[in-house]
Amino acid sequence: MSIILNHVNYIYDGDTEIPVKALDDVSIKIEDGEFIGLIGHTGSGKSTLVQHLNGLVKPTSGGVYYNGEDIHDGDYDLKTLRSKVGLVFQYPEHQLFEVDVFSDVCFGPKNLGLPKREVELRAFDALRQVGFPEEFFYQSPFELSGGQKRRVAIAGVLAMKPEVLVLDEPTAGLDPKGRDEILEQIKRLREETKITVVLVSHSMEDVAKYVGRIIVMNRGKVMFDDVPKEVFRHYKELEAVGLAAPQVTYIMHALREKGFPVNTQATTIAEAKEEILRVFRT
Amino acid sequence: MLRDITLGQYYQSDSVIHKLDPRVKLVSTILFIISLFVVDHIIGYLIAGLFLAVVIRISKVPFKFMVRGMKSIVVLLLITVIFNLFLTPGEALVTIWKLKITKEGLRIAVKMAIRLVFLIIGSSVMTLTTTPNNLTDGLESIMKPLKIFRVPVHEVAMMMAIALRFIPILLEETDKIMKAQIARGADFESGNLIKKAKSLVPLLVPLFISAFRRANDLAMAMEARCYRGGEHRTKMKPLQYKKRDAAAYTVVVVYLAVCIIGGRILPGLIDINGIFGR
Repeated sequence: MSIILNHVNYIYDGDTEIPVKALDDVSIKIEDGEFIGLIGHTGSGKSTLVQHLNGLVKPTSGGVYYNGEDIHDGDYDLKTLRSKVGLVFQYPEHQLFEVDVFSDVCFGPKNLGLPKREVELRAFDALRQVGFPEEFFYQSPFELSGGQKRRVAIAGVLAMKPEVLVLDEPTAGLDPKGRDEILEQIKRLREETKITVVLVSHSMEDVAKYVGRIIVMNRGKVMFDDVPKEVFRHYKELEAVGLAAPQVTYIMHALREKGFPVNTQATTIAEAKEEILRVFRT
Repeated sequence: MLRDITLGQYYQSDSVIHKLDPRVKLVSTILFIISLFVVDHIIGYLIAGLFLAVVIRISKVPFKFMVRGMKSIVVLLLITVIFNLFLTPGEALVTIWKLKITKEGLRIAVKMAIRLVFLIIGSSVMTLTTTPNNLTDGLESIMKPLKIFRVPVHEVAMMMAIALRFIPILLEETDKIMKAQIARGADFESGNLIKKAKSLVPLLVPLFISAFRRANDLAMAMEARCYRGGEHRTKMKPLQYKKRDAAAYTVVVVYLAVCIIGGRILPGLIDINGIFGR
């Protein structure tokens, strides 16, 4: 199980005066079970990139392969692909439309042509997976709070039982508490179901704590693609393109400059604490 | 599909046409349309076509953008042509079963087709070279005299400006919601008419909600900046005629005169119908 993007180029509005190269020779491989953070500034091409993963957007040149098959082959079943690669858009609550939460979550699996029992079972499972309280199942989705709406929308994609879950800025517009809740929920979901997750974000801080691999996009190009520690090593270059490494990285580097022999690779506060204590104890 | 709609779509460029005062462009467009309906002879249409071609050339807008606007009126154009072709009484040219194409019908059909095509292209030149804001500013300024009749000119102009402003936003929103629902397995293309109509519900409901939400936000933002209608409101960039605007007016008036003489009066004086045909 893997998704491969092979030298993908994508040009927006090819016929206006200024064609915009949204993706510029992007080649990545997403393996089964990975937890990837896709990071980039606004307009870096990360949203366009994720729309390639389930065939919503066709590359201007280059190929996209799911489990070794070219998804833009004439007879490739894109509908099935879209159930395998679940894409949660930015502000997904804007896509809610049903009279109650439960029917809205049913929309995805129903489109797959599953029997009614299976559809409802999946909707129920999905809502439980995102930690949505059962007493609100039959309420109108429009009466919920922002965070709850988002959970419903994520459940709507999860109900299709995807193998890969792609979330485009799932924490945009949420308060810090809502943000942490959603991210924790995604982490828990991954531990439970071993699903592959691609988390799109513009905040290093958000993803550093969770992901095992970071892909940094800049102007349509892959700038870095490595484990977080390696990526944060380039914190000066990241800054140059308007991104920032986690604050802990800055503290560790500052300490080192002042002559404390700390290891600068700590990325979370917990790691940093251990590292600083270790230095001071010796 | 959604990108085909050129209405309210501005094409960025720095041509003389772009720089003209919006009032000039509005009046010119109206005069151009009048010229199309005054003219009744092939020479007139040749002059109009030439004028249009030159204006498009100067405007630096690629011709395919004008053609894109045409797509929306293809059906209307076809109906007009077909009806005129078959239903005009007169001398029959071709007879198919009970239907006959008459000479007069052919003439009227061609004339109507040319008029419609020129009309659409002419007005898309205006919308492509004028920002919606400029356009409504121009309209407001031109309609000012109507205030005597208690027409709320400013309010109407503001409503138009907002409506125009929202078209691209809502198109983008439609595109996004459509993609989001396709990602959830929705199918907007296959199935019969009823199924297709039903499949639009997951698109239209979120779209309406989003439109209302945006309208609400905008209203609040306007109120927060103390907007309360047109009374005593001044503009940051008031419209001002420049030399080139006078020149443009002259050109258009000369064009209209030439058009009327060449396409209406001249053919009446000398009977050249026999030579050119109508």
